[in-house]
Amino acid sequence: MLINVKNLKKDFINGEVVTSVLRGVSFDVERGTFVSIMGPSGSGKSTLMHILSFLDKPTSGDYLFDDRNIKSLSDDELAEMRSKKVGFIFQSFNLLPTLSVLENVVLPLTYTNISSEERNQKSKDLLEQVGLSHRLDYSPTKLSGGEKQRVAIARALVNNPEVIFADEPTGNLDSKSGAQVMKILQELNKKGNTIILVTHEKSTAEHAERIIKIKDGNIIEDTKNFCRQEAQEDLNK
Amino acid sequence: MDIFESIKNARQMITRTKMRSFLTMLGIIIGISSVMIVLSVGESVQELILDEIRSVGPDLVAVLPGASDEGGRPSSTFGIVNTSLKYEDGEAIIRSDSPYIDSLVMYLTGNDIISIDGNVKGITFYGTTATYTAVQGARVEKGRFFTKEEEVSNARVVVLGSKIASEIFRDDNPIGKKVTIKKVNFNVVGVLEEKGSSLIQSQDEDLFIPISTAQNIILGVNHINFMRIKVNNVNNINLAIEHIEDILRNRHNIDKLDQDDFTITSTADALETISLITDALKFFLTAVAAISLIVGGFGIMNIMLATVQERTKEIGLRRAVGAQKKEIINQFLVEAITITFISGIIGIIFGSLILVLISLVINYLDYNWTLIISPISVLLGVIVSIGIGLVFGITPAKKAAELDPIEALRYE
Repeated sequence: MLINVKNLKKDFINGEVVTSVLRGVSFDVERGTFVSIMGPSGSGKSTLMHILSFLDKPTSGDYLFDDRNIKSLSDDELAEMRSKKVGFIFQSFNLLPTLSVLENVVLPLTYTNISSEERNQKSKDLLEQVGLSHRLDYSPTKLSGGEKQRVAIARALVNNPEVIFADEPTGNLDSKSGAQVMKILQELNKKGNTIILVTHEKSTAEHAERIIKIKDGNIIEDTKNFCRQEAQEDLNK
Repeated sequence: MDIFESIKNARQMITRTKMRSFLTMLGIIIGISSVMIVLSVGESVQELILDEIRSVGPDLVAVLPGASDEGGRPSSTFGIVNTSLKYEDGEAIIRSDSPYIDSLVMYLTGNDIISIDGNVKGITFYGTTATYTAVQGARVEKGRFFTKEEEVSNARVVVLGSKIASEIFRDDNPIGKKVTIKKVNFNVVGVLEEKGSSLIQSQDEDLFIPISTAQNIILGVNHINFMRIKVNNVNNINLAIEHIEDILRNRHNIDKLDQDDFTITSTADALETISLITDALKFFLTAVAAISLIVGGFGIMNIMLATVQERTKEIGLRRAVGAQKKEIINQFLVEAITITFISGIIGIIFGSLILVLISLVINYLDYNWTLIISPISVLLGVIVSIGIGLVFGITPAKKAAELDPIEALRYE
């Protein structure tokens, strides 16, 4: 079991007002699965993703990643977990405009001990896989939205993560670019990558093999997705 | 995160916001260059003054009347007339035939006003001994210096400094002509060679008469103002001083050391005193200049805080992809240091250019100015500029590291 979450709770304290964002969430994720976490805004799905991706810590409950309880980890150890175990894909891409496409992909590796030749080679290979090897020296600001998200996917993969977290990855894209991104994610999943997709859109969520629905800090539905959407079909339309 | 990437970031930041960066760097540039200029000019001025003292002669010892309290200057240097030193004291020192003493000159100084072509001019005359030229290294250009016989026989002869000679007599040969000092007529027997301007003393404007004439005929006193003794070897200065002390104490019936009615100083003493004063001045001025560096440092802090604010999202992303807090701190510190270091280098170059300009101007004005750009001040400039980056960069860097990565990623 890669991810094991037990009775996870998260409260935000603002002055004397305590807001319970997660009210006791439990689920498991097997290695190599593609899971969607779906819910309306304010449901707690983003907070859940932040905890799962080591950006935040739960108020109570347990989160075991590869049988390791993250409750006991220090700030630096959490950073190391982010550096080695996870890759991020964001709605707003979060590419650094001052760096080139290649440098953006290399970025996560600058916080590891990998040699710089190896970093560059790995990044170039991944950019080739997402079809952007002709844009290595471009500034990200010169790219289209779809291209930007493909750079971001390459960046998410560069550290060989155990899990890829995608937070509304198609939110800022037109439907065709969105379908391309979803296609890449599905292909990655077929190669064995674990993917956790966070979205509020049912149509996007349906690309996963399992959908966890969240509302008001509770899981209201956790089902296997029998009518899985294939992104390739969207592209063929 | 390697240091080169941080340096690259800093370079990008500088080029991205050229105007703002330049204005920020200006503070450090001005600070570093002014510290450097003050240090170097201070050193050059010090060298100039010390050179003047050295030109008096490192092997000279001066004897002044009056005691020195607690190692301070004797009262005679403050204009208090002290009559304890006599011509006979000098004679006794010469007669003692010390192996350390080469020669001795005595002085009794006075002032007068003379009129040249209707223009009134203040002059200084020295009643002195025939040994003047030997001790002071002066040369006679025309005629001769007065003799030992004239020195002791109230002779009315005068030797002129080169400048005063040409002022009074223009192109005429002054030898054999008359000069009036205190209503007494003197025969000009010689003119000294020009010695050049000097901050401490210049013989070019002065008149030299036999010391007996000054004592008996003009001033009506029997003391002398001071004497200078030339020691045969710089290494024997202390032995010579002891020898002179013995003679004078014996002559003045002094049996306790703290009752000395004379003071002996050497050029080495003077060098030490002047160095102390000029050092203090130099460091004071440097401290004043250093204030501008602190002001510049706050400018750096300001721009770094602004850049942390602007790059909140970048910081969030870097934290998300695995940067530890200390790596964020390092990144922003290196950026701050890169900016101050570049500013420091520009400041050093700018300061050096100004120093070269200063030395050109001063040399043009005919002063013997040595351009000193000491490696120490360059090194100091580099170290200080890096230090300022460190000191003023740490707060913004810590602020960057303390940002909550989730909040930072949401920041627009």
